[in-house]
Amino acid sequence: MASTIHPMSDTDGRRWHDMGGQDAGPVPMEGHDFALWEKRVDALMVLCGSKGLFTVDGLRRALEDMGEDAFEKHSYYERWIAAVNQNLIEAGIYTLEELGTRMEEIAARGPTYGEAQNG
Amino acid sequence: MAERVRVRAMMPPGHVRAPVYLRGKEGVIERPLGAFHNPEQLAYGLSAEKKPLYRVRFRMAELWGETAENPNDTLDAEIYEHWLERL
Repeated sequence: MASTIHPMSDTDGRRWHDMGGQDAGPVPMEGHDFALWEKRVDALMVLCGSKGLFTVDGLRRALEDMGEDAFEKHSYYERWIAAVNQNLIEAGIYTLEELGTRMEEIAARGPTYGEAQNG
Repeated sequence: MAERVRVRAMMPPGHVRAPVYLRGKEGVIERPLGAFHNPEQLAYGLSAEKKPLYRVRFRMAELWGETAENPNDTLDAEIYEHWLERL
Protein backbone atom coordinates (compact mmCIF):
# COMPACT_ATOMS: atom_id res chain seq x y z
CA MET A 1 0.00 0.00 0.00
CA ALA A 2 1.31 3.44 -0.87
CA SER A 3 2.33 5.41 2.18
CA THR A 4 0.38 8.60 2.70
CA ILE A 5 1.29 11.31 5.18
CA HIS A 6 -1.52 11.83 7.69
CA PRO A 7 0.37 13.50 10.53
CA MET A 8 -2.61 13.69 12.89
CA SER A 9 -4.29 10.41 12.05
CA ASP A 10 -1.70 7.67 11.73
CA THR A 11 -3.86 4.62 11.19
CA ASP A 12 -1.73 2.16 13.19
CA GLY A 13 -1.40 4.56 16.13
CA ARG A 14 2.38 4.60 16.04
CA ARG A 15 3.58 7.96 14.85
CA TRP A 16 6.67 8.10 12.67
CA HIS A 17 8.99 9.59 15.30
CA ASP A 18 8.09 6.96 17.92
CA MET A 19 10.69 4.43 16.73
CA GLY A 20 11.85 2.81 19.97
CA GLY A 21 12.45 -0.91 19.48
CA GLN A 22 12.31 -0.78 15.71
CA ASP A 23 15.19 -1.85 13.51
CA ALA A 24 17.51 1.02 12.69
CA GLY A 25 20.64 1.52 10.66
CA PRO A 26 23.98 2.70 11.97
CA VAL A 27 24.15 6.02 13.82
CA PRO A 28 26.16 8.56 11.80
CA MET A 29 28.80 9.83 14.20
CA GLU A 30 30.39 12.58 12.15
CA GLY A 31 29.79 15.98 13.70
CA HIS A 32 29.45 19.29 11.93
CA ASP A 33 29.72 22.94 12.80
CA PHE A 34 26.60 25.06 12.94
CA ALA A 35 25.89 27.94 10.59
CA LEU A 36 25.09 31.36 12.07
CA TRP A 37 21.42 31.05 11.12
CA GLU A 38 21.20 27.69 12.88
CA LYS A 39 22.61 29.19 16.08
CA ARG A 40 20.04 31.98 15.76
CA VAL A 41 17.18 29.50 15.45
CA ASP A 42 18.39 27.76 18.60
CA ALA A 43 18.64 31.11 20.42
CA LEU A 44 15.15 32.05 19.20
CA MET A 45 13.72 28.90 20.77
CA VAL A 46 15.42 29.74 24.08
CA LEU A 47 14.00 33.27 23.93
CA CYS A 48 10.48 32.07 23.12
CA GLY A 49 10.57 29.66 26.04
CA SER A 50 11.92 32.23 28.50
CA LYS A 51 9.23 34.71 27.44
CA GLY A 52 6.54 32.09 27.98
CA LEU A 53 5.30 32.24 24.36
CA PHE A 54 5.27 28.45 24.06
CA THR A 55 7.10 25.44 25.48
CA VAL A 56 9.45 22.79 24.14
CA ASP A 57 6.42 20.48 24.20
CA GLY A 58 4.84 22.67 21.51
CA LEU A 59 8.06 22.53 19.50
CA ARG A 60 8.06 18.74 19.69
CA ARG A 61 4.37 18.51 18.79
CA ALA A 62 4.86 20.66 15.68
CA LEU A 63 7.94 18.63 14.64
CA GLU A 64 6.05 15.36 15.05
CA ASP A 65 3.05 16.70 13.12
CA MET A 66 5.30 17.44 10.11
CA GLY A 67 5.58 13.73 9.46
CA GLU A 68 8.45 11.60 8.21
CA ASP A 69 8.50 13.36 4.85
CA ALA A 70 9.78 16.58 6.46
CA PHE A 71 12.44 14.58 8.31
CA GLU A 72 13.76 13.32 4.96
CA LYS A 73 13.56 16.63 3.09
CA HIS A 74 14.58 19.29 5.60
CA SER A 75 17.51 19.80 7.93
CA TYR A 76 17.26 19.82 11.72
CA TYR A 77 17.09 23.60 12.13
CA GLU A 78 14.90 24.05 9.05
CA ARG A 79 12.38 21.88 10.87
CA TRP A 80 12.94 23.84 14.08
CA ILE A 81 12.27 27.26 12.55
CA ALA A 82 9.10 25.93 10.91
CA ALA A 83 7.97 24.53 14.28
CA VAL A 84 8.82 27.79 16.09
CA ASN A 85 6.83 29.75 13.49
CA GLN A 86 3.88 27.36 13.78
CA ASN A 87 3.76 27.84 17.55
CA LEU A 88 4.13 31.64 17.36
CA ILE A 89 1.30 31.88 14.84
CA GLU A 90 -0.91 29.66 17.00
CA ALA A 91 -0.07 31.75 20.08
CA GLY A 92 -1.09 34.92 18.24
CA ILE A 93 2.33 36.56 18.61
CA TYR A 94 2.17 37.83 15.01
CA THR A 95 -0.06 37.29 12.02
CA LEU A 96 0.99 35.65 8.76
CA GLU A 97 0.43 39.00 7.06
CA GLU A 98 2.87 40.66 9.47
CA LEU A 99 5.39 37.87 8.94
CA GLY A 100 5.10 38.04 5.16
CA THR A 101 5.47 41.81 5.11
CA ARG A 102 8.55 41.65 7.35
CA MET A 103 10.14 38.91 5.23
CA GLU A 104 9.67 41.07 2.12
CA GLU A 105 11.22 44.09 3.83
CA ILE A 106 14.29 42.16 4.91
CA ALA A 107 14.68 40.33 1.59
CA ALA A 108 14.65 43.71 -0.17
CA ARG A 109 17.76 44.78 1.76
CA GLY A 110 19.94 42.23 -0.02
CA PRO A 111 21.02 38.59 0.19
CA THR A 112 23.90 38.82 2.69
CA TYR A 113 23.81 38.82 6.49
CA GLY A 114 25.39 42.29 6.50
CA GLU A 115 22.74 43.72 4.22
CA ALA A 116 19.91 41.97 6.04
CA GLN A 117 20.97 43.47 9.37
CA ASN A 118 21.25 46.97 7.92
CA GLY A 119 17.64 47.91 8.47
CA MET B 1 6.89 -4.98 47.56
CA ALA B 2 7.04 -2.69 44.57
CA GLU B 3 3.74 -1.59 43.08
CA ARG B 4 2.98 -3.26 39.76
CA VAL B 5 1.60 -1.23 36.89
CA ARG B 6 0.77 -1.66 33.22
CA VAL B 7 1.22 1.11 30.66
CA ARG B 8 -2.11 1.81 29.00
CA ALA B 9 -2.29 0.45 25.45
CA MET B 10 -4.47 3.24 24.05
CA MET B 11 -3.37 4.84 20.78
CA PRO B 12 -4.70 8.40 20.60
CA PRO B 13 -3.27 10.33 17.64
CA GLY B 14 -1.30 13.40 18.70
CA HIS B 15 1.56 14.40 21.01
CA VAL B 16 1.74 11.90 23.87
CA ARG B 17 4.47 10.96 26.35
CA ALA B 18 4.29 7.19 26.42
CA PRO B 19 6.41 5.48 23.76
CA VAL B 20 4.65 2.78 21.76
CA TYR B 21 7.16 0.08 22.71
CA LEU B 22 6.09 0.40 26.37
CA ARG B 23 2.33 0.44 25.84
CA GLY B 24 0.60 -2.61 27.27
CA LYS B 25 3.79 -3.64 29.11
CA GLU B 26 3.99 -4.37 32.84
CA GLY B 27 6.55 -2.96 35.23
CA VAL B 28 7.00 -1.74 38.78
CA ILE B 29 7.04 1.77 40.23
CA GLU B 30 10.70 2.48 40.94
CA ARG B 31 9.97 5.89 42.54
CA PRO B 32 7.57 8.83 42.28
CA LEU B 33 9.17 11.90 40.70
CA GLY B 34 6.66 14.60 41.66
CA ALA B 35 3.97 16.31 39.61
CA PHE B 36 4.52 18.33 36.45
CA HIS B 37 2.30 20.32 34.10
CA ASN B 38 0.90 17.86 31.57
CA PRO B 39 3.11 18.14 28.46
CA GLU B 40 0.31 16.64 26.35
CA GLN B 41 -1.68 19.85 27.05
CA LEU B 42 1.29 22.24 26.97
CA ALA B 43 2.15 20.90 23.51
CA TYR B 44 -1.03 22.51 22.15
CA GLY B 45 -0.59 25.82 23.97
CA LEU B 46 -3.25 24.92 26.55
CA SER B 47 -3.18 25.45 30.29
CA ALA B 48 -2.07 22.21 31.87
CA GLU B 49 -2.80 20.74 35.27
CA LYS B 50 -0.03 19.01 37.16
CA LYS B 51 0.11 15.24 36.73
CA PRO B 52 2.13 12.81 38.88
CA LEU B 53 5.16 11.37 37.09
CA TYR B 54 6.72 8.02 37.99
CA ARG B 55 9.89 6.19 37.15
CA VAL B 56 8.73 2.74 36.05
CA ARG B 57 11.08 -0.23 35.77
CA PHE B 58 10.57 -2.92 33.13
CA ARG B 59 12.37 -6.22 32.58
CA MET B 60 13.90 -6.52 29.12
CA ALA B 61 12.12 -9.87 28.74
CA GLU B 62 8.79 -8.05 29.25
CA LEU B 63 9.64 -5.60 26.47
CA TRP B 64 11.36 -7.83 23.93
CA GLY B 65 10.45 -11.38 24.94
CA GLU B 66 12.52 -14.09 26.67
CA THR B 67 14.91 -14.06 23.71
CA ALA B 68 16.08 -10.58 24.73
CA GLU B 69 19.88 -10.40 24.80
CA ASN B 70 19.88 -9.88 28.58
CA PRO B 71 16.32 -10.76 29.71
CA ASN B 72 16.94 -9.85 33.37
CA ASP B 73 18.36 -6.41 32.62
CA THR B 74 15.93 -3.62 33.33
CA LEU B 75 14.89 -0.41 31.60
CA ASP B 76 13.58 2.65 33.48
CA ALA B 77 11.18 5.07 31.84
CA GLU B 78 9.39 8.14 33.18
CA ILE B 79 5.64 7.76 32.66
CA TYR B 80 2.76 9.99 33.74
CA GLU B 81 0.12 8.52 36.04
CA HIS B 82 -2.65 8.90 33.46
CA TRP B 83 -0.78 6.38 31.29
CA LEU B 84 -0.57 3.77 34.08
CA GLU B 85 -3.00 1.10 35.30
CA ARG B 86 -2.46 -0.37 38.78
CA LEU B 87 -2.28 -4.16 38.79
